[in-house]
Amino acid sequence: MNELTAENLHLWRSERHVLRGVDFALEGGQCLQVTGSNGAGKTTLLRALCGLIPLEEGRICWRGRDINDDRESFHAELGYLGHDNALKGDLSAEENLRYAVGLRRRPTSSEIAEALARVGVPEVAAQRARRLSAGQRRRVALARLNLQGAALWIMDEPGSNLDKSGQTLVLDLLQSHLKAGGAAVVATHQELDLADQQLRRLALQ
Amino acid sequence: MSTQRLGFADAARGLVARDLRLALRRSGDTLQPLGFFLVVTTLFPLALDPELSRLRDIAPAALWVGALLSSLLALDRLFREDAQDGTLEQLALSGWPFAGLLLAKTAVHWLMTGLPLVVIAPLAATALGAPYAAMPGILASLLLGTVALSLIGAVGAGLTMSLSRNGSLLALLVLPLAVPVLIFGARATALAIAGEPLGGPLYLLAALAVLGATLAPWALAAAVRIGLE
Repeated sequence: MNELTAENLHLWRSERHVLRGVDFALEGGQCLQVTGSNGAGKTTLLRALCGLIPLEEGRICWRGRDINDDRESFHAELGYLGHDNALKGDLSAEENLRYAVGLRRRPTSSEIAEALARVGVPEVAAQRARRLSAGQRRRVALARLNLQGAALWIMDEPGSNLDKSGQTLVLDLLQSHLKAGGAAVVATHQELDLADQQLRRLALQ
Repeated sequence: MSTQRLGFADAARGLVARDLRLALRRSGDTLQPLGFFLVVTTLFPLALDPELSRLRDIAPAALWVGALLSSLLALDRLFREDAQDGTLEQLALSGWPFAGLLLAKTAVHWLMTGLPLVVIAPLAATALGAPYAAMPGILASLLLGTVALSLIGAVGAGLTMSLSRNGSLLALLVLPLAVPVLIFGARATALAIAGEPLGGPLYLLAALAVLGATLAPWALAAAVRIGLE
C-alpha cells in the first residue's frame, strides 16, 4: 500500500506557477529524492506536503486519507527538518531535544545521549545551541528527527553545513529509517546512495 | 525507545516549561515590561503636585496606561523569534491542536508580564495614593485585564510576526482593540479607590477575558499559519 501519494499538485507563488501538476506515490521503506535548480520549488513542495502551505489544486494522502481530513494525526507521524534547525540558542543541545521531542513523547536522558552520540556530537549535550557551529547544530537537529520516531521524514537539504562525515551520517540515518519501514521525502543535490527499489526521483523544473 | 505518545496537557506543559526557562535565562528582556510599568507609575507622583486627591484622580489612568504599554513591550517577540528559528513550524507540525499550543505560549507571556505586574501593582498604587482598602479591587481588575490584554495582544503579535520592524504596526493593531479593557479597567480602579462597588466594570473585564480566551486562540492560529506560509 502506498503510504504517501500526491495527485496533480498545483501551487502558485505570486505570479509564478511553482508546482505544475506534481504526482508521485511512495511506499513504506522508500525515499523520494526531489531535485531541481534553485527556485524550482523544492522547499515549496516539501512545505506543501507538510500542510504548511495550502495547495491551489490537488490532493495529498497519507495512508490513503487526505491529509486535510485529519491533519493532526498526519502531523503526529511526520518529522520535518527544514532549512532552519529549530533550536533555541539559549537552551543546551540536551534541553532542545528534551523539549522538542517532549511535544510527542517523553525521551529519557539515555535516549538523548545516545541520539547525540549517533549523530557524532555527544560532547555538545550541555552546551547552549548558540555556541555550536552550524554543522553541530544541524547534527543536533538530525538527532531530534531521529528521536521523534516519526514514520514519514520530510527533509530539506539535510546535509547543509555538514562535512563529508555528516553527509554519510545523513545517508546512514536515512537507511536505518527506511529499513524500519519508514518513508522519506528529501530535497537534496547530494547523491543518495540507496538501492533502486528504495529510491524514487522527482525533478522539478 | 518509548514511543508512547503523550497527551495534549503534557505537551502544553512541556512547552510552557520551555518558554519559562527561556524567559528566565533572558531575565533582562523579561524584566523590561515590569521595570517600564514601575517607572511610568512612579514618575507621576514625582512630576505632579504631590497632593493626595490629585494623585488619586490620576491613579487609574496611570496604572492602566502603564499596564497596557508594558504588556505591548514584550509582545513584539512573542512569536517572531520562534518563527525565525523554525521552532514555530515544529509546533505547527507536532500533531496537537495548534490553537491550544499558541494559547500555552500566550499563557507564558501573561505569566512573565501580566502576573508580575499584578504582584507589584500595590507598590505602584500606593505611590499614587490609593488607599489600602482599594487594593483587592485594583488587583482583581488588573488580574482580569492583563489576561485580556495578553490574549488580544497575542493575535496582533501573530499577525505581524513575519514583518520586520513590526513594533509600530503591532501597536496600531492592538491598541484600538485594547481600548475596552483600558476603559473598564480604569473605571474599576477608580471605583475601588473611591470605595464604591465595582462589580459592573469587573464583570465586563471578566467577560472580555473569557471572550478573549475563547476566540483569540482560533484567530491566533489562523494568523500564525498565514505567517508561516
